[in-house]
Amino acid sequence: MAAASSLHAAAPAATPCRAGITSTPVARSVRVATAAARPGAGRGRLVARAAVAAKGDAPSCAAASNSDGHELLLFEALREGLIEEMKSDPTVCVFGEDVGHYGGSYKVTKGLAEMFGDLRVLDTPIAENSFTGMGVGAAMKGLRPVVEGMNMGFLLLAYNQISNNCGMLHYTSGGQFKIPLVIRGPGGVGRQLGAEHSQRLESYFQSIPGLQMVACSTAYNAKGLMKAAIRSENPVVLFEHVLLYNLKGKIPDEEYVLCLEEAEMVRPGEHVTILTYSRMRYHVMQAAKTLVNEGYDPEVIDIRSLKPFDLHTIGNSIKKTHRVLIVEECMRTGGIGASLRSAIIDNFWDYLDAPIMCLSSQDVPTPYAGTLEDATVVQPAQIVAAVEQLCQ
Amino acid sequence: MAAAALLRRLPASRAPATAFMAARPISDSTASLTIETSVPFTAHLVDPPSRDVTTSPAELMTFFRDMSVMRRMEIAADSLYKAKLIRGFCHLYDGQEAVAVGMEAAITRNDSIITAYRDHCIYLARGGDLVSAFAELMGREAGCSRGKGGSMHFYKKDANFYGGHGIVGAQVPLGCGLAFAQKYKKEDTATFALYGDGAANQGQLFEALNISALWKLPAILVCENNHYGMGTAEWRAAKSPAYYKRGDYVPGLKVDGMDVLAVKQACKFAKDHAVANGPIVLEMDTYRYHGHSMSDPGSTYRTRDEISGVRQERDPIERVRKLIYAYDLATAAELKDMEKEIRKDVDAAIAKAKESSMPDTSELFTNVYKKGFGVESFGPDRKEMRATLP
Repeated sequence: MAAASSLHAAAPAATPCRAGITSTPVARSVRVATAAARPGAGRGRLVARAAVAAKGDAPSCAAASNSDGHELLLFEALREGLIEEMKSDPTVCVFGEDVGHYGGSYKVTKGLAEMFGDLRVLDTPIAENSFTGMGVGAAMKGLRPVVEGMNMGFLLLAYNQISNNCGMLHYTSGGQFKIPLVIRGPGGVGRQLGAEHSQRLESYFQSIPGLQMVACSTAYNAKGLMKAAIRSENPVVLFEHVLLYNLKGKIPDEEYVLCLEEAEMVRPGEHVTILTYSRMRYHVMQAAKTLVNEGYDPEVIDIRSLKPFDLHTIGNSIKKTHRVLIVEECMRTGGIGASLRSAIIDNFWDYLDAPIMCLSSQDVPTPYAGTLEDATVVQPAQIVAAVEQLCQ
Repeated sequence: MAAAALLRRLPASRAPATAFMAARPISDSTASLTIETSVPFTAHLVDPPSRDVTTSPAELMTFFRDMSVMRRMEIAADSLYKAKLIRGFCHLYDGQEAVAVGMEAAITRNDSIITAYRDHCIYLARGGDLVSAFAELMGREAGCSRGKGGSMHFYKKDANFYGGHGIVGAQVPLGCGLAFAQKYKKEDTATFALYGDGAANQGQLFEALNISALWKLPAILVCENNHYGMGTAEWRAAKSPAYYKRGDYVPGLKVDGMDVLAVKQACKFAKDHAVANGPIVLEMDTYRYHGHSMSDPGSTYRTRDEISGVRQERDPIERVRKLIYAYDLATAAELKDMEKEIRKDVDAAIAKAKESSMPDTSELFTNVYKKGFGVESFGPDRKEMRATLP
């Protein structure tokens, strides 16, 4: 299936307004591969539609879209994206525990069972290993399942299926089978959920070849990434965060899809590049307020794409600022930060004026006690101190 | 012995006697023959199918030929492995051919088959050719997985053969997923998910069976019970080695896996059952002559007498040979000629496969992702991951 346009998108010229977080995000122009229909393609095969989007280089940050957009919570944005894809493509189905009749433990699939029926929204028994495997098998045979882990941590039980089957079958079959599977669920450190329910699986999955990983952090990118993940021909793991589900955001009324491999420029700046994703984005932006008051001008990039990294956006930023701080929720050992640091050293060493700093969670099981839990993850004060140290 | 017993219970064939006389030298008649299976089926929670199997002279000849090709291929693979042309793991199927051939005879190419790593013969049964099989075993680019899969990763998408899996038991949930897709797309076909007696103790099997039973998926779980999980005999690994009963609430059938006609009958029965009622378990009582793999001599946990005993009494090809003689479908000389020709074909295929080159180094990075993304690989320690800045 030839892509009509390249997925390896060069980052579009950054134009968000400088005042801070944009309140009405522009539906930026993004490139989505349009699948060329094969001659004699079977029934039920749909061509992915390119994003309907306003151009991203509008001079103002106000939405260039025709309408004002609508406000909703992040989990509703995920739901909206899922519903749109299920409506347009009959091969999309959802597997997970309590996704159907119960409506989803975080309400991402609320109402879907009534809308689409029991054959498309399937309540599975508590059997992650096998229903993830079944998702892979169904994908091999032409469906596009969305497998939900009620908590990402539970998917450790399905690690073999995700690593060996999901990630590798396209390769070991010499390209015969594609696995357009989406694996999604909430992860990250929540509010005193305990060690086993506060896992950050992106560190474990990142070395699996053949897998793609993205992390959403706003209502806008949640819907866009959900849609892009479902349309992708590769297996995609979509990391959501337990604490971000009720985040309010405004999204365009018209349809849009985001690029899976693109990072998001949250706040352009000159002094230091801060790379972050998911919940830590908000700790960074909180620290940014303090930093701006102190006279610093941080550039904040939400990397969004955890595998592969958007080295283009990241590189352009490093070329400008020459200083990098990575703020992540993974543990120090073997986390996304560790890989990102390596990648930056390999590619952009000559542009660096200071060692790359990486703030990660502590290498401990997440404790239950609130104060200890807060000490496990990176807090805004630490981010401020790190930037001050970097910019000396 | 067995042949005499067969002759004694020669049932009245439905075709007139002249059909046989007209079908010389080697019979290709499609007139139907009814033959009894070696032993009756043992059933769990279901009424077993009849012991009388409808076949035809042409079909019996195909059985003989197909199984002989498989046997020859596996023995040739043994030699190639010892000559260090095949490396790594190589799991041979000789002895178990009746399962592959009987199953194929009962179903269509629209039905799906998925199996574990003892997959060379199933690949052939699904329409794979010898050249691509040997090329894959030798890691050449003409291989069915372009040399990147190896012995344990044979696939044939256009024949609905889903491989070829190295991790024991992991293919069964995949198979139930295939069955799910079949039901979802309303295809009226079934999936045969094969696994061994060793894999029968994997938890994910029971998880998948539970889900398949709940959702009434057309999944047939086929346990190829060759009685040894590598070096561990079934009675040492399973508290209950009655694998056809292990589905508990799911019906099961125990089949003589060395009798190709019994396998055909059971698979036909199972497919009809699965499409109508949901999952069913088949236990094929079979045997492998080789060890678990080429690294295993196969004689430390079982006696040579046992192996030769099975070869004498239950060999699937010999059984069909006796039937061919009993029904006068071909002479011994003709069968011998056929075997010689098969041997030549296999040798020619090996020669052709050897001509194919090793995959180009660029193939290392193809097929990792469905689209290349313009970079060669993703991993922070790879020099290939580069971004060009304007």
